[in-house]
Amino acid sequence: MALLKRLAELDRPQVDFVLDGQPAIALQGDTLLTALLCSVDALKGSDFSAEPRAGFCLMGACQDCWVRLEDGRRVRACSTLIEPGMQVTREPGRQP
Amino acid sequence: MSALVETDVVIIGGGIVGASAALFLRRRGMEVALIERDYCGSRSSGVNFGGVRRQGRPLIQLPLAQRAHAIWNDLPGHIGIDGELVRSGHLKLARSDEDMRSLERYEAETRGFDMGLELLGEDDIRRRYPWVGKSAVGASLCPADGHANPRLISPAFAVAAKRLGAHVYEQTPVVRVEDAGDDFLVTAGDGLRFRAPWLLNCAGAWAAGLALQYGEPVPMRAGHPAMLVTEPLPVFMTCSTGVEGGGIYARQVARGNCVIGGGQGFALDDRRARVDQQAVVTLLRQATTLFPSLHGAHVIRTWSGTEGYLPDRQPVIGFSRMRRGLVHGFGFAGGGFQIGPAVGDVLAELVCEGASRTPIEPFSIQRFQHVAA
Amino acid sequence: MNSTHVVIVGAGPAGVRAAETLVRKGVAPVLIDEGMRAGGQIYRQQPQGFSRPAKALYGFEASKANAIHVCAEDLASQIDYRPKTLVWNANADTLDLLCDDRFEQLGYDRLIVATGATDRVLPVPGWTLPGVYTLGAAQIALKFQGCAIGDPVVFAGTGPLLYLVAYQYAKAGAKVTAVLDEAGFSDQCRALPGLLRQPSTLAKGLYYRAWLLANGVRVEQGASLVRIDGEKRVASVAWQQGGVEHSLPCSAVGFSYALRSETQLADLLGCEFVWSPLNRAWLPRRDASGRSSLEHVYLAGDGAGIMGADAAEMAGERAALAVLQDMGIAVDGARAEKLERGLAQIERFRDGLEHAFPFPEGWAAKADDALMLCRCEEIRVGQLRDVVRAGAVDINRAKALCRVGMGRCQGRMCGAAAMEIIACESGLTIDSVGRLRGQAPIKPLPFAVGPDA
Repeated sequence: MALLKRLAELDRPQVDFVLDGQPAIALQGDTLLTALLCSVDALKGSDFSAEPRAGFCLMGACQDCWVRLEDGRRVRACSTLIEPGMQVTREPGRQP
Repeated sequence: MSALVETDVVIIGGGIVGASAALFLRRRGMEVALIERDYCGSRSSGVNFGGVRRQGRPLIQLPLAQRAHAIWNDLPGHIGIDGELVRSGHLKLARSDEDMRSLERYEAETRGFDMGLELLGEDDIRRRYPWVGKSAVGASLCPADGHANPRLISPAFAVAAKRLGAHVYEQTPVVRVEDAGDDFLVTAGDGLRFRAPWLLNCAGAWAAGLALQYGEPVPMRAGHPAMLVTEPLPVFMTCSTGVEGGGIYARQVARGNCVIGGGQGFALDDRRARVDQQAVVTLLRQATTLFPSLHGAHVIRTWSGTEGYLPDRQPVIGFSRMRRGLVHGFGFAGGGFQIGPAVGDVLAELVCEGASRTPIEPFSIQRFQHVAA
Repeated sequence: MNSTHVVIVGAGPAGVRAAETLVRKGVAPVLIDEGMRAGGQIYRQQPQGFSRPAKALYGFEASKANAIHVCAEDLASQIDYRPKTLVWNANADTLDLLCDDRFEQLGYDRLIVATGATDRVLPVPGWTLPGVYTLGAAQIALKFQGCAIGDPVVFAGTGPLLYLVAYQYAKAGAKVTAVLDEAGFSDQCRALPGLLRQPSTLAKGLYYRAWLLANGVRVEQGASLVRIDGEKRVASVAWQQGGVEHSLPCSAVGFSYALRSETQLADLLGCEFVWSPLNRAWLPRRDASGRSSLEHVYLAGDGAGIMGADAAEMAGERAALAVLQDMGIAVDGARAEKLERGLAQIERFRDGLEHAFPFPEGWAAKADDALMLCRCEEIRVGQLRDVVRAGAVDINRAKALCRVGMGRCQGRMCGAAAMEIIACESGLTIDSVGRLRGQAPIKPLPFAVGPDA
C-alpha cells in the first residue's frame, strides 16, 4: 500500500519500471523514493533488525533510502530520478 | 599546586603496549602510574586494522606472537570483554606463482611455531572461499589467527589495569622527564608529578624523543596506514585476508562492515593523519578485484593513524643501554596490535624479574647505536 | 581575467549570490552542488516537466526563489557549474569530488563554503517507522514531487518550518490533522520583542497559524511528542500537554526542531570551531565578512550558523566581496558594510526566534533507555548512557565505544541528540562534551568506480 499521496503534477507521462521483479508504474520526474512509495510503504529493511524504513530527510543526508539497481549499483532513492525500464530491488536488511 | 605521585613504575603512553604493561605489572604487585596524553587506546592502538595475526610476521617476532596468542585466547579473563575477537583464520593470498612459492617457503620455515599453516591451491580457494576474486592463484591459511575490534580492546586493557589498581591519567601530556638520583621525575600537565625508579617508554610514534633524551637516538619515522570501512553488508568474507607482498588487507565484522586497509595516508600534523583520494581510489579498485562481492557497496568512513616505523620495521623492546630503570617498547611498524599484550607482559617481566623468558634480543635498541656516533 | 581559482561549494541562495558577485567583477568561479538544479533546499526547483508556478511552491518567497533560479541560470554559461557533484573530502588546496561515480580532484586558491543545513532531530519512539519524516523532508516531498508524506498527516516539533509546512500541505489539499507546537504560548510572548525586529517574518508566521486555525486545523501549543505508533508504518501519534497524554490516528508525521548546519566540509578543511549557544552547536568561526579561521576559506549561509535564506543571500554576496578584497580587487565598501549591518540585524532577530521556538531542553532526561538514538547503527539511548557512565563523556570517545554516530549518515541525524544524552547523563554542560569530528567521506563512496575523470 502506498505511503505517499500525490497531490499535484498528476498529468506527467507514465514511466514503466520494475520493482522487486514486478512491473510498476511511476511518473516522469519522480525520484525513486516517490516512485516506490507511491505503490509500496517501505524502501529497505534496516541493517541490523530488518525493520522497515522509508527514508527520512529526502535531501541526501540521512542515508536511509538506499536501493539497488539491476547493474548492482546502489543509489539513494531520494536523489535519483526514475528512468524507463529501471529495475529496482529493495534490500531486506538483516534479522538480528 | 603540584601533587607528587610516588610509585614503582611510570608508563608513558596508554596504547595497547603501555596499558597491558600496566595490567601485567599490577598482576605482579607493582604500583603503576599510566600516563596518556589523549584517551587510552585512542591512537594507533585503537584505530589500527584489528588484525590478530601471526602469519606473515618475521621469524624473530614469532615467539612473541605465540606468547600473545595465549593471552588473546583468554582475552575476557584478562580484560573482561571479548572485544569482538573472532578466530576466523587468516588467509594470505598469492596472486602469482612466485608469491605462492614465497608462501610455501614461509610455511616451511615456521613449522616449529605451531601455527598450523595450510597451503591451498587455486581449486581449494574456489571451493572453500568462493568470495575471493580470480586473481588469487593460491593461499596460505593460518586457522587460529583472526581479528578483533581495536577500538574496544585497547581501551579495555587500560580499564582492566585500573580495575587492578593502576593509576591511569588520561588527557595528561608529559611535559618533562628528569632524573632525581636513581629515580625518574616525570612532570605532566595540570602540575602532576610522578617519581619512580622505573620508566617505561611506550609512547608509540612519539617515543623517539625520550630515547634521545637518554642518549639513544633511533631513526624512527611516522607512517600512516590508510584504512576504510564499508556499510554493513551480507556476511561473505569468512576469513581475515591479506595478500603476499602486502598492499591490501581486509576483514568483515559480524555486523557486516568490511574493514579494508592498504597503502599510506598522510600526516595532517604531528598527531593527526588522513587518507587522500589516491589511496582511497587505489584501495577501492584493488578491493573490488580481490573481493567481487564489494561491487555496489559503499565506503562510509576512511581514516589513518600515526605509527612509528624503524628502518628494519622491527620494534624496540628492552632495557635502555644508557639509563638504568628505563625500558623501551615502541616502534611496531603498524603490526603491534596482536603482539602488544605480550610486549606489555614482557616489559612487566623485565621490570620484575630482570629478564624476559621470550627472546627479545633482536629488538634491542642497541642495534641503532651507530646512529649516535 | 584573473587566474585565481575560486571554488564555491553549494548552489543555494548563498552560493548563487556569491557566484554572481564574483562574476560581476570578472572572476569566474567553479560552483559545485550536490543538487540536480540550483536553489538549495529552501528554493529547491522541481524537476523539468513539472508545471506548478513559483507562487504555488514558494508562497510569499516566490519572487526571491525565482530571482535565485534566474540568477543561477544566467550564471551557468559564465562559470564552471557542476551540479550532481559531491565534495567528499577536502585538503589545504584540493577538493576531492565524486560525480556520476567518477572521482576527480579540484584545486582551489580560495574557497567559499555554503553547505546549508538539514533538520535538527530529536528522536522519539517510533521515529524510524515509514511515514515519519523531517519537516524539511515533508516540504521537499510537496515542493519537489507534488506529494504529501501521507494523508492524514500531523506536524510536530518547533521552528519556523512547522507552521509553514502545515500551511503548505493544507493549501495543497492534504488533510492536516494537527500541528503540535513544542513551544508554549508564554515562550512566544517572551520572544515578541526580538521578533518585532523583523515584522514581515513575524507576520508570516502569525498568518500561517491564523490561516490553519481558520481552516479548522487543530493547533496545540506546549505539546511534546511522546511516541509514534504503528506496526509497519505510522498509525497514530501521541503527545503530552500539561501533564496529560493525548493521541490521534494519522498516517504520517513530520517533525524536527529547527535546523542544524552542515559543517563537515568546514571541519575537514580544518576550520576552527566555536560553540554557539544560540544554535546549540559547534560552528566554524566566521567574522562579519564571512572569513573563516583559515586564510583562503570563507563561510556563507546556513552551513555556518542558521540565519535563513535572506541572510544566506547577503552572506554569500558579502563572502564573495571578501574574496575579491583579498584578491586585491576593489569592491564597493559601502555595499559590504550595508550587508554586514543587514546580517547583524537578522542575527538579533534570530535571538527572538530561539525564544519563540525554544530547544526542548528536557528531552534527554525524558528519553527512555530503549529509545532508538542512532538510526544507522541502531544504537539505543541506554547503550550510550552505559559508556557515558563508564567514563566516556567525550562524544568522539563515546562514538568509538558504542558506535553512536558511526554509520552511513556520520551522526547528522543523531549527533545533536547524542550530545544532549551525554551532557544529561554526565552532568556536564552541553558545550563540554566535545564536538563530533567529521570523517571523510562526507557521504558514502561507491566501490563500483569508473575511470578517473
